[in-house]
Amino acid sequence: MAKITFIQNDGTERVVEAEPGMTVMETAVKHGVQGIAAECGGACACATCHVYVDEAWQAATGTPEQMEEDMLDFAFDVRPSSRLSCQIKVTDALDGLVVRIPEKQF
Amino acid sequence: MSENAIKTDVVIIGAGPVGLFAVFELGLVDVKCHLVDILDRPGGQCTELYPEKPIYDVPGLTVVTGQELTDRLMDQIKPFGAEFHFNQRVDSLERLDGGFRLTTDADTVLECKVVVIAAGGGSFTPKRPPLPGIEQYEGTSVFYSVRKMENFKDRDVLIVGGGDSALDWTLNLQPVAKSLTLLHRRPEFRAAPASVQKMYDLAEKGDIDFKVGQVTELHGENGQLRAVTIKGADGTFEHPTEVMLPFFGLTMKLGPVADWGLNLEENLIPVDTAKFETSEQGIFAIGDINTYPGKLKLILSGFHEAALMAQQAHHYIYPDKKLIFQYTTSSTSLQKKLGVK
Repeated sequence: MAKITFIQNDGTERVVEAEPGMTVMETAVKHGVQGIAAECGGACACATCHVYVDEAWQAATGTPEQMEEDMLDFAFDVRPSSRLSCQIKVTDALDGLVVRIPEKQF
Repeated sequence: MSENAIKTDVVIIGAGPVGLFAVFELGLVDVKCHLVDILDRPGGQCTELYPEKPIYDVPGLTVVTGQELTDRLMDQIKPFGAEFHFNQRVDSLERLDGGFRLTTDADTVLECKVVVIAAGGGSFTPKRPPLPGIEQYEGTSVFYSVRKMENFKDRDVLIVGGGDSALDWTLNLQPVAKSLTLLHRRPEFRAAPASVQKMYDLAEKGDIDFKVGQVTELHGENGQLRAVTIKGADGTFEHPTEVMLPFFGLTMKLGPVADWGLNLEENLIPVDTAKFETSEQGIFAIGDINTYPGKLKLILSGFHEAALMAQQAHHYIYPDKKLIFQYTTSSTSLQKKLGVK
């Protein structure tokens, strides 16, 4: 299991246990983390599971592939740390991952 | 009944997989349908959100893409000659004696005995960027689509986005507008490469201005936009403009259905599980838009709901006829309807 910390725009934190193999989005939805809409259900087709990956974790989570980068065009306030959480797979190496949830998912 | 109205048995709102299969089930019991969809083609979320993605839980098909499932359904319902009204949203529903009158935002008027709402997650509507105060500019300075090009004649126009809509309107409005700026968060585009090349050519000639960045604030008064704040790679600056066209794709909203007097539970329409009828007699709701104890938002559940709905719809349309349950495998009359006999 890997621990993931979700930080809301207002600073409230939520730490949940994530199962390796699931995505960060699925983990958020499973635990009812607010602010991850995931309208399309994880098809990388809606950009409503947008998160900012904490700087310390950017190397470990990698960079978006072309399709994800294209889909990020539909997100609001995109930053260099922006990812779609449906495209980050949980691994043991991500134990301790910290992601921030944007103020709005559009 | 109004004179120019299209008259039919059933109007299905939504041409996603469940709306399409409803045509099949209604067709088997001799009920004629018209379908209205806000998108420009059938398939709903299947073709709009994930045309290339695999679906693994349609019975009998190990794997099928959203597009292929739609194509197969379109083929399956061909014998029933349903008529489609694309690029339209049903805006109003009026009750008539023994039926309903529906009017779309393109002024199509449909009169029918039964309404089937198969609207999935709601109608696809343009995404509104969550910029503070954007509502006050909508319709005067902020537009999510171009209905008439002349509305942008001799105006300073800012187009935001990197897809085909943003690029196409950049190319089309450039000759009309006083000035045109395209703003996108990165120099790469997902739009058709040929349009991107044309845009860069125009920018090189100085006919348009292309900027990399994102809008963070709007400035203006009384609904009239004066400028926007742009956060770019080299810092934050103000960009004067009269008009902004944001193209950030589509999202699903329940829309006018909310005003039709139906009971709603958290933007879903409660139905009974024998007929899938709403709180209003003659109005059914099937697929992702409905709710009942144990509901699962699966395409296969929507198919089942369509089949049961069709039985009751038949009863409303042919009150004097007794419906005899038949199988397509063995019934000569059903096979005739399908055109296989």
